[in-house]
Amino acid sequence: MQLALFLIFGALAVAGAINFLLQRHPVNSALSLVVVMMSLAVLFWSLGAEFLAAAQVIVYSGAIMVLFVFVIMLLNAGEEERTHGSRAAYIAGFPGAAAIFCLLSFVFLTEGKSLGAAQLGGYLSHAVSNISQVSTLLFRDFLLPFEVTSVLILVAILGAVVLARKEQ
Amino acid sequence: MTAVVPISWYLVLAAILFSTGVASFLIKRNLITVFMSIELMLNAVNLTFVAFAHMWHQVSGQIFVFFVMVVAAAESAVGLAIIIAIFRTRQTLNVDQVNLLKL
Repeated sequence: MQLALFLIFGALAVAGAINFLLQRHPVNSALSLVVVMMSLAVLFWSLGAEFLAAAQVIVYSGAIMVLFVFVIMLLNAGEEERTHGSRAAYIAGFPGAAAIFCLLSFVFLTEGKSLGAAQLGGYLSHAVSNISQVSTLLFRDFLLPFEVTSVLILVAILGAVVLARKEQ
Repeated sequence: MTAVVPISWYLVLAAILFSTGVASFLIKRNLITVFMSIELMLNAVNLTFVAFAHMWHQVSGQIFVFFVMVVAAAESAVGLAIIIAIFRTRQTLNVDQVNLLKL
């Protein structure tokens, strides 16, 4: 079942990413990105990270993508015009992206023996919640970074308000 | 029933998503779409964090995914405000026409 979950939702994530790359209208790109994030949430859940799966759905596909779609609608962003693109993207960009993919896959696959396999059955069948572990670690060892993120969010909100304000 | 998925499959999936994000970052001409491809790359990195956290039976990796999510939320808020400000002054979302910093 876990293998089937990985195959189905991994294929869905890759399809969403390819669709994100190919779509020309920003709204279509945003919706296919939502598909990617939802299937990644399922993969997080199958890896035993229930809290992160919920946070992925709520924060990423709930809050951030709504913000993106809101800005797309606000700015009335249409289809991007068909340009030739920059020459640098074709000469360096696509081989660069392909090289990144090949390098990462080569390293991951050659080190696959030492990396081992994910034994996924235990988490799902025993229904162990890791929220208590996450919260213990977050509020004990990572308390200072957690508090700093609240300051970061506050500064980001203030900066967004100041930047998006109309000039008089 | 307990099918074993090699951990490297998750990492290769993350590599696919990351390089798709890199490619769309390079070829997209719309500022908002370029921003969304950054989010795609962050998501791919999150997947590697969760996979490694699962592999080592440690929740520290999941904590870092949490922090990445928080920083991505803050970054998208500020970035979209910057995009709105750019659109107000330049009336365009095309990255080729936003060349104020060019020499």
